[in-house]
Amino acid sequence: MLKKLRVLLAWIFWIGITLLLLDFTGVLHGYLGWMAKLQFLPAILALNVGVIVGLVLLTLVFGRVYCSVICPLGVFQDGISWLGTHRSKKPYKYHKEMKWLRYGVWVLFVVALLAGVHVLVALLAPYSAYGRMVQNLLQPIYLWGNNLLAAWAEKAGSYAFYEKEVWLRSLPTFIVAIVTLVVIVTLSFKGGRSYCNGVCPVGTTLSFLSRFAAFRPVIDADKCKHCKACELHCKAHCIAIGKDTEKIDYSRCVDCFNCIEQCKFGALKYKYAWGKNVTPDNDRASGRRAFMTGTVLAVGTAALKGVQARAQEAAKKVDGGFATVLPKEAPERETPLTPPGSASVKDFYRHCTACQLCVAECPNNVLRPSGKLETLMQPEMSFEKGWCRPECTRCSELCPAGAIRKITPEEKTQYQVGTARVNLKLCVSANGKAECGKCAQSCPSGAVQMVDNPETGLRYPVVMEEVCIGCGACEYLCPSRPISAITVNGKPQHV
Amino acid sequence: MVNPNTCSAMKRREFLQISGAAAVAAACAPKTKTPASAPLAEGPEQMLIRENPRSGDKVSALGFGCMRWPMIKDQNGRDVIDQEAVNEMVDYAIEHGINYFDTSPAYLQGQSEKAAGIALSRHPRESYFIATKLSNFGDPSPEASIKMYKDSFEQLKTTYFDYYLLHSIGRGGKNAFNRRYVDNGLLPFLLEEKKAGRIRNLGFSFHGAKHEFDYFMELFDSGGMVWDFVQIEMNYVDWTHADGVRNVNADYLYAELDKRGLPIVVMEPLLGGRLANVPEGIARQMKEREPERSVASWAFRFCATYPRVLCILSGMTNMAPLKENVETFGHFKPLTEEELEFMEHMATQMMEYPLINCTDCKYCMPCPWGIDIPGTFQHYNKAITDGTYAQSAAQKDYAKLKKAYLVSYDRAVATVRQADHCINCGECLSHCPQSIPIPRELRRIAHYIEDLKQDKL
Repeated sequence: MLKKLRVLLAWIFWIGITLLLLDFTGVLHGYLGWMAKLQFLPAILALNVGVIVGLVLLTLVFGRVYCSVICPLGVFQDGISWLGTHRSKKPYKYHKEMKWLRYGVWVLFVVALLAGVHVLVALLAPYSAYGRMVQNLLQPIYLWGNNLLAAWAEKAGSYAFYEKEVWLRSLPTFIVAIVTLVVIVTLSFKGGRSYCNGVCPVGTTLSFLSRFAAFRPVIDADKCKHCKACELHCKAHCIAIGKDTEKIDYSRCVDCFNCIEQCKFGALKYKYAWGKNVTPDNDRASGRRAFMTGTVLAVGTAALKGVQARAQEAAKKVDGGFATVLPKEAPERETPLTPPGSASVKDFYRHCTACQLCVAECPNNVLRPSGKLETLMQPEMSFEKGWCRPECTRCSELCPAGAIRKITPEEKTQYQVGTARVNLKLCVSANGKAECGKCAQSCPSGAVQMVDNPETGLRYPVVMEEVCIGCGACEYLCPSRPISAITVNGKPQHV
Repeated sequence: MVNPNTCSAMKRREFLQISGAAAVAAACAPKTKTPASAPLAEGPEQMLIRENPRSGDKVSALGFGCMRWPMIKDQNGRDVIDQEAVNEMVDYAIEHGINYFDTSPAYLQGQSEKAAGIALSRHPRESYFIATKLSNFGDPSPEASIKMYKDSFEQLKTTYFDYYLLHSIGRGGKNAFNRRYVDNGLLPFLLEEKKAGRIRNLGFSFHGAKHEFDYFMELFDSGGMVWDFVQIEMNYVDWTHADGVRNVNADYLYAELDKRGLPIVVMEPLLGGRLANVPEGIARQMKEREPERSVASWAFRFCATYPRVLCILSGMTNMAPLKENVETFGHFKPLTEEELEFMEHMATQMMEYPLINCTDCKYCMPCPWGIDIPGTFQHYNKAITDGTYAQSAAQKDYAKLKKAYLVSYDRAVATVRQADHCINCGECLSHCPQSIPIPRELRRIAHYIEDLKQDKL
């Protein structure tokens, strides 16, 4: 019964969050956005006190149900381990807590968090790791499916589906997503919750609380026949059944209730057991597994380093009746552009866990994961395929980590995320190639104006820095290709 | 180019002229047993035939415009004419009495003449009239112009042109005309060619203002230039509703040409298809009167009702409009006085819609900045005609209309070719035969879309 409830809730959360990460229409986030906001690390970074207190209480009362229900990576691993073990009669075996790995990673993570080593934080954050996999690996398939429907809809004259471009936003992030998938699948296929109890810093954090949980699975020594059915089905490897001993490591138990279901003697009960801290004795069986975990991680990292950047997908061919339009290329930006709603670049990257929710959602193809090492996988803005349109505030509505705070379209005009800068060498108007003025005409805040050059008699654009908000309309629409003659550079402080 | 076949062609032509109109009609339209001057309202299908009073040609009132043939992608992804479809259409057309084919070296990225040549050369040369043009817009030098003229023979696989036009003159008036045809010595050259029989009828196609047209009439009156025919834009909207500044009303053009006995070839009878797909309110009124007939048939009948009209060109893209038009002209019924008034009434109503006067001729293309100008205008016009044009955020169904407009726009025009990318360079302005202020209209559409996206309508 408890297991059924857990499985049902897990399905709901997992499907909800996955759909949230897949959806590009903005329809679902009104209904499902809260699921992302419940995620532990983003809530911590957002200083979302309500959620943090709620999750702490949840864990203190019920144990690590968070890991079994709310965390999409955890549920995903349950699915994978089910595939790997449901035919096996003895899928798992108890092993000792991998302390050095578990707490080593946790210390590393906390240090990275405090020191602002965003890459490491983003890499280890479980929800974000899942988000990256979905956005990079599953969303393209989802979009292709959508585009098939769109092609059909177009033939039928329907507007129910519309085409959405599928494009590789960042190769490093794509590779990280693949490596993450390989690591997670490898670890969980036969190893159950090895990742959650060996690597995941959120799992470790919650384990500090869950060992004191008020409700937990408890073995009734009188009823226990020491048949090991529970131990052999504990995907957290945390139940140790000896000849006449029975112990559960509650720091690793994720409250999946598989053991309760397995026990034929009714010896296992999920019940109130406040203050009874029972941790099994350490043994030496864990060394090998820990070694393997470490190896897989190391291989993954090597694979990441080894794969070289491929050429971007070839530009779309144009018809014979049209002049060729070169695809735009991103210019160098000294300061990265982060979305309106982020108070400053620093603040943004300090909060962001690189879950890719905003990237998956951005309807204008502006947001994409950064390829720079210090902000790897965390989003930045660029305007090759669109600009940050004034009516859109979707990313701010979605961000669970408080990196992009919720803003209204009116407030958006107050955020100066960047400043446009003109490169007169590329400007078609300043060079007399054509009387252009596109940037001035398209600027929604009137920050670009055309002035006369009395020497050449030509008009060229100038930027009023104090009103420019860095939306990128000028950069996107500038006829200079592949590099725009007017480009936006990020501003460290936005308000 | 000295053509060895010229003499025999001349002889054949003389023979044909001598042997009488009935024989020509029989050759032109095998199904037509007698030259049909009186159109039939019912009975067997019989293509309406008009006689050119100057040359005696028995021309089908429906002419095939070769500017809108279907394009397909070749293995390199380039647009090429679907020759198979063209052959099929041409066969059907000739079989049903169409004998006038109008092309130009500029049409369909320069492929139209060749495709017409391939399709037509499968039929006896006497069974159709070829009209092509000197489209020397780009390079009016004598060498380039004469080469263009001579290439047309090769492309069309012929030794003579029945109708040859100075392509699209008027705009720029006397100066532009002199630059393209007088200063380079082309006009005397073409007159020599006419004398040699390689051009049977020499005329011009016109787009422009009243005074510009008057100049060509003065030239005719003074004997400076003998035109054999003139091609004008004529339809029930342009009849009295041309903008009057850059374009002149067709009723004026018609009257001037009629006065001088000049045969008229009509272009844009449907305004690039817009008069085949009119706003619903207008279509309903037409259907109430003629439930069986198409909306386009009204436009054709309007033109053919005027007796000085020799031939009405229709750029038929596939079999459907071809069959429909053959039906319209095969059972032709001229409009009555009352019906002509009704058409004027319809035209007045058309003017109330904020349509852009684009006929999708693609003369403005390629835009050097990559904008799909006709694509954008066609999409915009279609939304207005179909009534799927959101006008106010307070409107019923606004969200639906907004989505429909934006999604269909992205489907019709690639994002980098949309109106918001126009930089207002003005390159297109001189190319547009309709004198559309293209950059201004693109800006208007881009502005409309911005308002739509921001819900500011």
